[in-house]
Order: sequence, then C-alpha cells, then structure tokens
Amino acid sequence: MSAQPNGSAGGGMPYLLEFEKPLSKMELEIQRLEATQAETGRDYSEVIGGIREQLTSALKQTYAKLTPWENVQVARHPKRPLLRDYIRMMCTDFTELHGDRLYGDDRALVCGFAKIAGTRVMLVGHQKGRDTRERLECNFGCAHPEGYRKALQKMQLAAKFGLPVVCLIDTPGAYPGVEAEERGIASAIAVNLLELSRLKTPMVACVIGEGGSGGALGIAVADHVAVMEHSYYSVISPEGCAAILWKSGEHAAKAAHALRLSPRELLRLNLIDSIVDEPLGGAHRDPDGAARNLSAWVDRSLREVRRMKIDALMKRRYDRLRALGSFVTESKPERPRSRRSSKAVTEAAAS
Amino acid sequence: MAESPQPRRNFEAPQGMWIRCAKCTQMIYRRILEENLNVCPDCDHHYRVDARTRIAQLNDPDTFEEFLAGLESTDPLEFTDRIPYKQRLQKVKSDSGETEAIIVGKGFIKGRPVILGAMNPDFIMGSMGAVVGEKVTAAAERAADENLPLVMVTASGGARMMEGMVSLVQMAKTSAAIARLDDAGGLYIVVMSDPTTAGVAASFAFLGDVIIAEPGAMIGFAGARVIANTIKATLPEGFQRAEFMLEHGFVDRVVHRKDLRSEIARIIDYCGK
Repeated sequence: MSAQPNGSAGGGMPYLLEFEKPLSKMELEIQRLEATQAETGRDYSEVIGGIREQLTSALKQTYAKLTPWENVQVARHPKRPLLRDYIRMMCTDFTELHGDRLYGDDRALVCGFAKIAGTRVMLVGHQKGRDTRERLECNFGCAHPEGYRKALQKMQLAAKFGLPVVCLIDTPGAYPGVEAEERGIASAIAVNLLELSRLKTPMVACVIGEGGSGGALGIAVADHVAVMEHSYYSVISPEGCAAILWKSGEHAAKAAHALRLSPRELLRLNLIDSIVDEPLGGAHRDPDGAARNLSAWVDRSLREVRRMKIDALMKRRYDRLRALGSFVTESKPERPRSRRSSKAVTEAAAS
Repeated sequence: MAESPQPRRNFEAPQGMWIRCAKCTQMIYRRILEENLNVCPDCDHHYRVDARTRIAQLNDPDTFEEFLAGLESTDPLEFTDRIPYKQRLQKVKSDSGETEAIIVGKGFIKGRPVILGAMNPDFIMGSMGAVVGEKVTAAAERAADENLPLVMVTASGGARMMEGMVSLVQMAKTSAAIARLDDAGGLYIVVMSDPTTAGVAASFAFLGDVIIAEPGAMIGFAGARVIANTIKATLPEGFQRAEFMLEHGFVDRVVHRKDLRSEIARIIDYCGK
C-alpha cells in the first residue's frame, strides 16, 4: 500500500524535530556569537569553540541512539537534501530526459544522463519538491504510472547504449489516487519489477530519504542496494501499519520499531548491501558532506558491479533476488543467508 | 499492505444451512451455492473461495500434486503488534487447516497439464510473505523447466506487513521468476479473483500473458480508504472492480467462474502449450 503524501513540513518557520531542539539552542548561540564577533571585532572564538565541542558531543549522543521512529523523522526532515540537490552537488553534468512516450511527464520521477564521479550514467530518482509549488508539482514524491513507465523507458535506453543505471529513491509511496488506478499503477510497478530484473546493464540503487513500499521498489531492483544512514525502507509507512494493526495511527513509533525499517536492521536481515554514512547529525546539517559520501558510494558500487561480465551479472542479479526470504521446511529452519550465497536456500526450496 | 480494501461483514464463509446472499439478499441453500461454484444462483455474485476449493473447481478430479506444501514462515522480524505474529500465524493455521496463503502444484485442466497456484484470501488477507514469494517463484521455475503453462489464481490484500521488507522484496523475487518464464517462452495465465490488490497486484498478478478477472473482483493498488482520504471524496461506484480494470485496459477478459476451465483450456490451445 502506498502511504499518504507527507505534507507535515511547515511553512517558513524553522522546522525542528523534538530531539533537535536542545541542539538548535547551541547552534543559534554560535550564530549569535559569530554575528556579534563580526560586528564588534571582539574575539569570542574560545567561547564559540567550547559551544561547538558541546554541540558535537550532544549530536553524537543524540544520533547514536535515535529510535526507528526518530530516524523516520530525520528521513522526512524538510531540510533534508532532495534528489535535485544531490544532482546539483554531485553531478558535473545532468541532461534531463522527460516523458514516458505514452501519457505524460511525471515530475515526481526525474530521469536523465548524468556524470557522477567521472562516470556517465543514467540517473533515475524521486523528487519530493522543496517549496509548496514544487511539492504540488511533484505530488510530494508520489509518482503516477507515467513516472514508472518513464523510468523504465529511460533505463532501457541506458541498457541499449551500455550506460549503467543509478537509482535514488525518496518517496512516501506511489500516488494513491483515482487517476493512478485508472492508468494502472499496479501494472506499471509490476512491469518495472519484471523488466529491471532482466535489464542488461549494471544497476545500483540507494534510498536517500523515504523508501516507501512498492513506489520505492519500482525503481529499486538493482545489483547493489544501499540505504543512507538516516533513511528508511519499509513495506508500509509506520502510520499506515499502526492504523491497520494497532487500529490507530498514534502507534506509529511502535510500528516503526516492529517493521525493522532502519538501515542497520535491513543490513542484518540481508535485505540491503550497504549503508551510506551521513555527516554527524544527518544529511540536512551538512548537505555537501552527504553528497560527497553518496558520490563516493556511486563510484564504489558501480566499480564493484561493473567488474563482472554482463551475463555473470545477470545471473547474479537473479540469484540474489531468488535468495530473498527465509522459511522453514519440515521443521528445519532455513536462516537468511548472505546475499552472495543463494545456492543453499534455492536448493532447500527446490527439494 | 494487507489491508482489506473494503471491510465487509457478510456471509463470505457461510456456516449454516441457509445463507442470505451478501449482494441480492436472497436466501440460498448452502449446498446449492457450493454446487454452483460458490456463485449466487440468483445474482451471480462471486463469493471468495479458499485455495483448496478453487483447485477442486479448476483442476481435473484427483490429478493435483501439491509441491512445497511444508514451507512455513520463520517470522524473520520477530514481529509483534497487539499480538505476536507467531501467535497470529498459529491461530490462522488452526482455523484454516492450511499452512500458508497459497497452494501450488502440478495439475490438469481439461486434460492439459499445468502448474497451478491458488491463494487463500482469508489467510492473513491472502498476504504475501516469504513463503508465498517462494512458492510463486518455484511454480514459475517449474513451469519454465517442464515447459508447462503457469496458471495463478490470485486473491490477496498485498504484501504481509508482519514480514516487513522481507515481504516487499518478494514482489521483486516473484517478478524476476516470471521474467525467466517469459524468457523461456512460457505461457502465464492469471485469474484475478476478489481481492487482488497492493503488493500482489503490483507484482506477479499483473504480469500474466493473459489476465482474466472474475466478475466484481476488487483489483487495484492503493486501498480504497486511502484513496478516498487523498481525494477527500467518496469513490465512484464500481471503482477498482474487475469491470473497471477491463474498461481501463488492464485485464483481457472478465470471465464467469463456471467458464474458467474452458477459457483457460482454450487459451492454452491458442498458445500451443
């Protein structure tokens, strides 16, 4: 199920998460002292340095013990870098390609030729929108069927010319609306899953914010899947899950915990390949630092998957998908294996 | 994900001798309903049927060989909501006498050998976790290996929340298996029954070479309640039903349950499988 577009980000007021408030006091104090210093010429550097140290240790403490629900809130932080921010910060060129050649151009899914870390790629990703106008244009990052069809068409173009594909995921979910159903959102996502599983080009994907359900997975079938440190990837939004299972959206924090949607849990369950570190205190505190890390991940993961011959890579992609999930056969538990050793599970299933 | 598209308190699983039709409110003798393939003899309302009944209805008598019957969930997340997932599974297993939301196996439809799967809509909403994903995948691989048509009867509310991301990625796993079957030139026929929604609709259900739907079946991606919330209006009559999907070009045919066997057989013959 797709989540509701999350429009909770307020207007012009500085937006602070509950656990950020003490940190923000220190940040404001530093700003104030710096301004006074510039104005009066007096030297406050020692005081400022002291507060900075305090701030760093407070950030470390706060972010080391974020609950899954707090992590979801960081992933949705209105100041968090969005796809177009990353494009600006880490692509030396971006040539956008519009339209699905069938119906229209979905602004919630952005595609184009891009140069990242010196490599030419096809970049595909969700754009949520920064201000109200852009958010409405992008439906808060909730794509319609034409978005998924555009993504597929551009990825097939990439495969034709041997370009690797980089997908950056940031969506609360596919758009839950009448027109999306009329134009076959389920069919569009299904076709993407099928075609991406056999698209003959190296593919890497990273969740940079919200990885909401089928709307995220629709561009996230890849040879290397990563999640940024304060992103989440989930079968359903915590609010949606709470509404169904706890009969009240207020239990979202419990649902976020139960769903194991945080990067470390996903890695433990062998559902992703790596976690991309964020600067201390989250990507929104240092967007440039986040972009450097993401760019380095693109470089690293592409090198890894491009080392393989395409046929071997295709076989590996299938084997990795094939190995997802664990089950018991005749009371003998099958543990989730490393994604690289799919054989054992496959054989157990076939017997 | 495994949300009921429309909570219905009707007589989907009638117990008494007589039941009142959920649609036309006529009283029907239970045995007559069953003989009529669980379709109301008065108004043609197609009731949900469990996987065993479905296979008995579609498959030639006494020819079905189930495979992977022993697979059960491991509760990979150790998930607990108001009750632990393990407990929920235990209860639904003992209530239904089934181990999971799907049955797959080899069978015959009007003498034509097929790999056949059918889902249990009442087994945690027919939701797809690791076991359903594995069985669909294995069925597709078997169909490719033995060069047999794959016939899948879907009835599911989507991915199984209690298996979290493990269930979401089953969408990719099953779709990859269907891709392989397609590459092998295999025939894949989908019969969408009520309900076919969310993660199952958006994976192996909408990937059929031929997609048939039963009359009135709820078919769609997002839950009707969620959509109504988004658009802040009530949804049009018939929204997300089989006929709606036919009109919008996403299913090939809407077929009455009594004609399914002959339709499937005919499609198999046309495709030379």
